[in-house]
Amino acid sequence: MTTRLFGEPVQRREDPRLLTGQGRYVDDLGSDALAAAFVRSPHAHARIRDIDVSAALDVDGLIAIYTYEDLPERVGRPLPLLIPHPALTHGRTAYPLAKDVVRHVGEPVVMVVATDRYLAEDACALIEVEYEPLKPVVGVEDAVQGGHLVHEDVPGNVGAHLVQEVPSTAGLSAGEAIDAAPHTLTFRLDIERSASMPLEGRGVYARWDGSDLRVYSSTQTSTSVRMAIAAALDLPLTNVEVIAPDVGGGFGVKIMHPWPEEILVPWAARLLGREIKWTEDRREHFIASAHERGQVQHVRVGFDDDGRVLGLDVRILHDHGAYTPYGIIVPIITSTQLLGPYKLGAYRVEFSSVYTNTVQVTPYRGAGRPQGVFCMERTMDKIARYLGKDRTEVRAANFIQPDEFPYDQRMTFQDGRPLIYDSGDYPEMLRMVKELIGWDDFEPAPNRGIGIGCYVEGTGVGPYEGGHVQITSDGRVHVSTGLTSQGQGHQTVFAQIAATELGVPIERVSVVTGDTRRFGYAVGTFASRAAVMSGNAIALACRKVREKALRIAADALEANPDDLEITDGVVHVVGDPSSAVPLSTVAVLANPLRYAFDDEAAKATQFSGASSPDRPPVAEGDEPGLEGRDYYSPIRSTFASGMHAAIVETDPVTAEIKVVKYAVVHDCGKLINPMIVEGQIHGGVAQGIGGALYERMAYDTHGQLVNASFMDFLMPYATEVPHVETAHLETPSPLNPLGIKGAGEAGVIPVSAVIASAIEDAEGIDIDRMPISPSELFDLRG
Amino acid sequence: MNSEHEITLNVNGTTRRARVPGRRLLSDCLRQDLGLTGTHVGCEHGVCGCCTVLLDGRPVRSCLMLAVTADGHEITTVEGLAGPDGMSPVQRAFAECHALQCGFCTPGFLCTVTALLEENPAPTDEEVLEGISGNLCRCTGYQNIVKAVHRAAELKAEES
Repeated sequence: MTTRLFGEPVQRREDPRLLTGQGRYVDDLGSDALAAAFVRSPHAHARIRDIDVSAALDVDGLIAIYTYEDLPERVGRPLPLLIPHPALTHGRTAYPLAKDVVRHVGEPVVMVVATDRYLAEDACALIEVEYEPLKPVVGVEDAVQGGHLVHEDVPGNVGAHLVQEVPSTAGLSAGEAIDAAPHTLTFRLDIERSASMPLEGRGVYARWDGSDLRVYSSTQTSTSVRMAIAAALDLPLTNVEVIAPDVGGGFGVKIMHPWPEEILVPWAARLLGREIKWTEDRREHFIASAHERGQVQHVRVGFDDDGRVLGLDVRILHDHGAYTPYGIIVPIITSTQLLGPYKLGAYRVEFSSVYTNTVQVTPYRGAGRPQGVFCMERTMDKIARYLGKDRTEVRAANFIQPDEFPYDQRMTFQDGRPLIYDSGDYPEMLRMVKELIGWDDFEPAPNRGIGIGCYVEGTGVGPYEGGHVQITSDGRVHVSTGLTSQGQGHQTVFAQIAATELGVPIERVSVVTGDTRRFGYAVGTFASRAAVMSGNAIALACRKVREKALRIAADALEANPDDLEITDGVVHVVGDPSSAVPLSTVAVLANPLRYAFDDEAAKATQFSGASSPDRPPVAEGDEPGLEGRDYYSPIRSTFASGMHAAIVETDPVTAEIKVVKYAVVHDCGKLINPMIVEGQIHGGVAQGIGGALYERMAYDTHGQLVNASFMDFLMPYATEVPHVETAHLETPSPLNPLGIKGAGEAGVIPVSAVIASAIEDAEGIDIDRMPISPSELFDLRG
Repeated sequence: MNSEHEITLNVNGTTRRARVPGRRLLSDCLRQDLGLTGTHVGCEHGVCGCCTVLLDGRPVRSCLMLAVTADGHEITTVEGLAGPDGMSPVQRAFAECHALQCGFCTPGFLCTVTALLEENPAPTDEEVLEGISGNLCRCTGYQNIVKAVHRAAELKAEES
């Protein structure tokens, strides 16, 4: 194949549009739409006594005001609990508009529709809601005291409790293995909240044409939003279409769905027969979307003289905020992915997932892994320090070896399937990262430290994705897949896969994602799964199309299909370029026609002699057209891995922390586009730096988020992010046809662990919390 | 509060008139009244820099400015950066260096960097970091943006 683009740093095909202001994000659409705005709770916990809208009724341009009482029964039901789990015994979700009680600052109480957003906000400001404040629950340790309840019917504020145990091969429990170990350590770790914080917030734009609803949403899953809307509005699925247009970043928060606004805006659009749009503002995003990360971990570990972990016991308090619409995926991932590249003697992990009067917690890039990796890597560092050993030596003593794959961690992963690692080479990766950072040459000096962090990431979770590929009579290749894009370059990487599989120039390939009009079956873009899932599905669909193209071309060329190949969009006999037919003509031949609407079509009409009079024009079991559809559904996840290392300097006086060098070795199997993979890693590391040093959700004791703006929530600028050196190791996944693993979340996962490791090395002080600010480090110095 | 004002802006070389309420933000005027949706709004409090446009050649936050105060001024938005021969050196450098992912912050960066290179055609690393330190990007980690600024400086020098 001459058109082998898989693996090449192909420039992104979406860029010219995005660079010239031609992107189409939700708020760029619907210039004539009415605007929605929301009155949101100013209290963390309160009973709603009365809502008085009378003062708002005189606002110019007001169209409608809705409270919970106005919602029909079906629309007013609690929002779905998307991922039920047997351990989530007390799952609770919000109503689209608050009913009787509000449980966090920012919960929507009243929806206003007006002719523009300014006027809608004017009306919101005039609506008076009378609240009876209730005692708020803030912080997991306050929550588990159970003195006050977030939900009256959830005792002790515990939504879920799960214990997972893996005994040692000798049959010892973790507790027994720790008690019997030569050395033990016990410690506590604190992990703050952060959030995805895409620069485009959420947004919904809906239009109703009398029978059909079309909704544009800034979402990571258009197919599931579509089904949720159809269910809530009691519409046939075929009368609802949902499109994720250009999406200005997701990082997890937009896989949560349906948001109240995703139900309410379409509902009102249908009721009013008008186009309605709602665009989230930044404050709303802070107080009414989702956060992640917050955990307290209690760790006990037993180990031998070499630093091998004989037993590990981790007890986690996980803060899931006021509601659990996304279930307990985050603490499950923390519990399982905590194991990283290591084989432990015995392991016990227990978590309580608890309610607080704060914004709900749903996955943010990394999805529980940064917390798990922080725990395991802090453990490794503490063991090394206790034994006086090099930190990489202790890690190496615990690694799963390359000849031990597939390696069964004997746990249940987030997809309900066994936690079995498919491939990897951790010793080689350690060698590479040590070389890249200069581990062995590092000169210890006061206020200068080096740190390391290792992780394994389950990527490409099922259940499935699909791809559709159609070659039209102009020779163009149209690829569609149901999952969405938020900046990952899918229009490029999926085109690379299709161009490579079909032997066509990439310029002829176009890719559509996240549009239910084109592809209705999909799960979504999260969990580093898009390339693995849709990439393989598209490859499989291309192979079907290729097979059909070769069969038709073989007929036309009177050749054996096995002797044909496709080069630059032309099917030809291997070694005989003169015996050839372009794919455009094959597409014409694949679709017998009656009407000659253009010159190409004329070649396929009934008197053109294109088909044999002795056979039906479309053979039994065949279909007209040159297209194919296929799905990829893996037996289980594929496990990517990585190791990061950093050198930091701390100011001896101010305790300012500066990352002077940062190195990443990353293994996502075969790379489709190394330029894009590196971009994903850079971005992940930057978010990790934010989580390690700056970002926190500062709730006061009243449940007010006091830093709900970019002025006060410190996201890194260019001046805060170090230059990242990257190197790749490729251990192909044996589980999928392309041998690939996911890369999207990787960069963020170990950063807090790495930075803590390096600061600890620089300062000689235990760093047991993330993030760590200069003033906290200053205080720790005592 | 809602009394309207006639304003005249020169946007991307074209004279545009709009009738706006006094409180209309310049960002909203560009996006809603003039249909130039390439300018994005990320925070509405002047921190993220997504809404950066050039006002008389200098970068400003269009979310921190009322449309009426831009009356009579020249404005360049992302839609006006490309020339008759195609994308500007800054735009091409961003594509070449993979300096964008979701693209939402990109128009603000492009305007900022265009002004930066006008003022300082060959910035040092430090000057580049300083120059883009008022714009947030959540996708790229900035590394490729820094690279793109240097590349744009090269392209500009080659083509001048």
